[in-house]
Amino acid sequence: MGEEDYYLELCERPVQFEKANPVNCVFFDEANKQVFAVRSGGATGVVVKGPDDRNPISFRMDDKGEVKCIKFSLENKILAVQRTSKTVDFCNFIPDNSQLEYTQECKTKNANILGFCWTSSTEIVFITDQGIEFYQVLPEKRSLKLLKSHNLNVNWYMYCPESAVILLSTTVLENVLQPFHFRFPPKQAGTMSKLPKFEIELPAAPKSTKPSLSERDIAMATIYGQLYVLFLRHHSRTSNSTGAEVVLYHLPREGACKKMHILKLNRTGKFALNVVDNLVVVHHQDTETSVIFDIKLRGEFDGSVTFHHPVLPARSIQPYQIPITGPAAVTSQSPVPCKLYSSSWIVFQPDIIISASQGYLWNLQVKLEPIVNLLPDKGRLMDFLLQRKECKMVILSVCSQMLSESDRASLPVIATVFDKLNHEYKKYLDAEQSYAMAVEAGQSRSSPLLKRPVRTQAVLDQSDVYTHVLSAFVEKKEMPHKFVIAVLMEYIRSLNQFQIAVQHYLHELVIKTLVQHNLFYMLHQFLQYHVLSDSKPLACLLLSLESFYPPAHQLSLDMLKRLSTANDEIVEVLLSKHQVLAALRFIRGIGGHDNISARKFLDAAKQTEDNMLFYTIFRFFEQRNQRLRGSPNFTPGEHCEEHVAFFKQIFGDQALMRPTTF
Amino acid sequence: MAAAAAGAGSGPWAAQEKQFPPALLSFFIYNPRFGPREGQENKILFYHPNEVEKNEKIRNVGLCEAIVQFTRTFSPSKPAKSLHTQKNRQFFNEPEENFWMVMVVRNPIIEKQSKDGKPVIEYQEEELLDKVYSSVLRQCYSMYKLFNGTFLKAMEDGGVKLLKERLEKFFHRYLQTLHLQSCDLLDIFGGISFFPLDKMTYLKIQSFINRMEESLNIVKYTAFLYNDQLIWSGLEQDDMRILYKYLTTSLFPRHIEPELAGRDSPIRAEMPGNLQHYGRFLTGPLNLNDPDAKCRFPKIFVNTDDTYEELHLIVYKAMSAAVCFMIDASVHPTLDFCRRLDSIVGPQLTVLASDICEQFNINKRMSGSEKEPQFKFIYFNHMNLAEKSTVHMRKTPSVSLTSVHPDLMKILGDINSDFTRVDEDEEIIVKAMSDYWVVGKKSDRRELYVILNQKNANLIEVNEEVKKLCATQFNNIFFLD
Repeated sequence: MGEEDYYLELCERPVQFEKANPVNCVFFDEANKQVFAVRSGGATGVVVKGPDDRNPISFRMDDKGEVKCIKFSLENKILAVQRTSKTVDFCNFIPDNSQLEYTQECKTKNANILGFCWTSSTEIVFITDQGIEFYQVLPEKRSLKLLKSHNLNVNWYMYCPESAVILLSTTVLENVLQPFHFRFPPKQAGTMSKLPKFEIELPAAPKSTKPSLSERDIAMATIYGQLYVLFLRHHSRTSNSTGAEVVLYHLPREGACKKMHILKLNRTGKFALNVVDNLVVVHHQDTETSVIFDIKLRGEFDGSVTFHHPVLPARSIQPYQIPITGPAAVTSQSPVPCKLYSSSWIVFQPDIIISASQGYLWNLQVKLEPIVNLLPDKGRLMDFLLQRKECKMVILSVCSQMLSESDRASLPVIATVFDKLNHEYKKYLDAEQSYAMAVEAGQSRSSPLLKRPVRTQAVLDQSDVYTHVLSAFVEKKEMPHKFVIAVLMEYIRSLNQFQIAVQHYLHELVIKTLVQHNLFYMLHQFLQYHVLSDSKPLACLLLSLESFYPPAHQLSLDMLKRLSTANDEIVEVLLSKHQVLAALRFIRGIGGHDNISARKFLDAAKQTEDNMLFYTIFRFFEQRNQRLRGSPNFTPGEHCEEHVAFFKQIFGDQALMRPTTF
Repeated sequence: MAAAAAGAGSGPWAAQEKQFPPALLSFFIYNPRFGPREGQENKILFYHPNEVEKNEKIRNVGLCEAIVQFTRTFSPSKPAKSLHTQKNRQFFNEPEENFWMVMVVRNPIIEKQSKDGKPVIEYQEEELLDKVYSSVLRQCYSMYKLFNGTFLKAMEDGGVKLLKERLEKFFHRYLQTLHLQSCDLLDIFGGISFFPLDKMTYLKIQSFINRMEESLNIVKYTAFLYNDQLIWSGLEQDDMRILYKYLTTSLFPRHIEPELAGRDSPIRAEMPGNLQHYGRFLTGPLNLNDPDAKCRFPKIFVNTDDTYEELHLIVYKAMSAAVCFMIDASVHPTLDFCRRLDSIVGPQLTVLASDICEQFNINKRMSGSEKEPQFKFIYFNHMNLAEKSTVHMRKTPSVSLTSVHPDLMKILGDINSDFTRVDEDEEIIVKAMSDYWVVGKKSDRRELYVILNQKNANLIEVNEEVKKLCATQFNNIFFLD
């Protein structure tokens, strides 16, 4: 298995902490993604490390008994430590506030605190076996104020910090889940709302064992902006099913929870879940491999639930060498390979893997490059890549690859890929446009919902495709020109299909390619059907082709005419062709003959060496002078003295028009 | 009853005139270089009618030779193109060096009844237009060349014998289809009617052609037509021009009947029983299910000036959409290939054809109701050979019907001849008989002929009308007023 085959990897720079051992307890806070290493109950030091801050927070605290749970509030303002089943201790980390600990006991009589979660920098939720209590911490007063509470029997709980939802397991079978949602508008006390509860269907189990829902089989994660509860359903060995599956329950902000997706694992054993870049990653310990699922890819829909299969064949996470840092890093020492899928790994949502015994916290990452070769169906590959965060360069390389000689894709495939790119591109353009229109209409202040659309990497515009794919592609000498033109036309077709205005440089590329291969008649036909949109630059380009292909002149003039903003250019073109009369008739036809320079036309007429033509043009301007100024004479500003002299020389003084006097 | 009986027998006896349209008297091809030494008749490569006595053939050829030689002394670069006599007109054309084609056309005749009851024949010497028939003669050569290659090539391949065989085989049939009585301005243009289409549908067709050329990788060129009008040509203009002529005046009309018969007719039932699509071969195998079906396609010759390519012409049609696939003659299409083509092209072409039809109807509806306008026109662009005529009805294999009086058509021809004489843009307005006005405009290699019928119109009004026409019909091209 070559290295290019692994599509999952552990991040290069993990968070390193002191290994868990009898005197050093390790805690992980999912909200702040911090690892706490608590030595001797804190007396010999607490070291807190987060993924982003490379400077760990260290402090000491008195050893007041075994620490059960320890977490900072958001922004590391207040530290909460649970040491007993009835109380939680607090300590301010705000400058100028007292650092003396203060304690809060849970309000419900006889209740045991299962744990707590911070929902903001000063708000905390206690979860007890008899319900939840929502407090506001007042650090300056070193006290807490109960905001709200709710009583129900709780088996276990789960917190999803991204969506601020706490899930409580209730009932004997533990499979009825009660979600609570916490909102914390700025500068205002947070609110707690109870969402509709729902039941997880447990698989049928033999009568002897009591079925129940284990906390281990549930995860919560945000996928494509929506909160899902992921349930890992192991099939009992007695049933003849094919394997375990992950059931995704969609938990909307409003309304009931609904079973939406089923991810078929086709194997049994021990699993762990992560969510990375909106992909569900399922690790399988027995085979030490992982698979990924993308719920946006098309699956089999049975009328209520969509069934998905792994996007790619199962692969191990890319082998990982434990980096050796510090004074121990001697060159002779080879890096130690890390045991992957170790039983000491603990997995947290969305993408965290912790090895407490080794003292590492990794973020799991998806590598896109290897996937390009693992997914032969280019349409599906595009669907997959377009949903990924860091997709731009990979997609562009896929495009280049499918146009390369060795890996050339068929035209229908190329068309599909272009269509998918442009679909995404068009969505963005539309969003931009409606945003711009809303801003113009002055809705920006009144509606907080109005946000400038985010341009994700999946938006590949014409300039991206031109710069990274097409311009290099047309330069390839070995490519048959038929294929080159077919590809360019396919891209233009796709843009048109999505009603995206095609940029001038793409048309230029088509023209360049056709001209290079002397395919002027093809070019002519494209222009005839307006496939190459009218523009002044294009018209000029055509003019320049006239010596190779005479009809280009006519095509260019037609285009200028259609533009209707290029009348000056038309006159110039006609004059350069010595079609002085035609130029004059044209400008008169559009009513612009009062503003043209007489000198320019007389010059052109003189150059034709056709005296009668010169006479006609000269007389026209005399008449214009008469009409505009009441005299046929030219004014000095018109600089026509030499033409008057020339006229006299040929036709004589008496041929000049007489001023009509009244 | 009595009235009916009386009317039944009566004919137009009042006008005791019979008209005879122009007719082909003879048509021959000769090469003066082949003659002098080995005997006069060796010069003659083809002679129609063949029944003519040998000496007369030699005499006629000799006469033409003499005329050409004689006129050459006055104009070395442009020898005589035609010879006018009372009874007929002769047209000369030298398409390849020393190969001469001559067409002799009898002038139209009016047979009058003289007072004593004897018929008097009157030849109408000035009726025929030189340009029209010279063009017809040139077209004869182009058509021959399309299917047989150049004269020179035949000489190289098999000497005079082969050339004579080919000429005999081709012209024997071709001359019967000439229909000299209905030749007009359009024969001079030899234009191509393009199918009007929106950009998106056009791009879809492009995409279709490119895909087909890719999957049927032996295809060298493709042409696409709809409703007998061209949409795309992979061939160069001059080759397409003559192929278009062949398709629209010969091949397509021959296949109209089965199409009109519909799917359930007995003719249709002979076709491969394919329910998925309407595609069928117009050249090549008729029935793909017949294992002995012949996959013989007409051969055509293109780019004879440089690369000289010999190709098989596969014409495949679904509903009103026809595609011509041209493949190198060295490749022999097998029945398997034909089946594959049918299975790939058939379904897609069927869908495309209905797309085009739908789009066309939408565009037609958008452009407003098709009111019969006050005028008829013929438009031709020398640059892309685009031709448009509201004067001509649908072409049939036998005759091209016009909706205007032949005299008006002749005026059009005369105006065209005037245009040819000068390079400049110009405009000619003619007042014809019975309230008809004929206007000819020429602007940068484009020609427009308009026939108006307006009672008591004056020159200014006619001019205004034509301006209006240009503004509505030709507003997207640069056409000087």
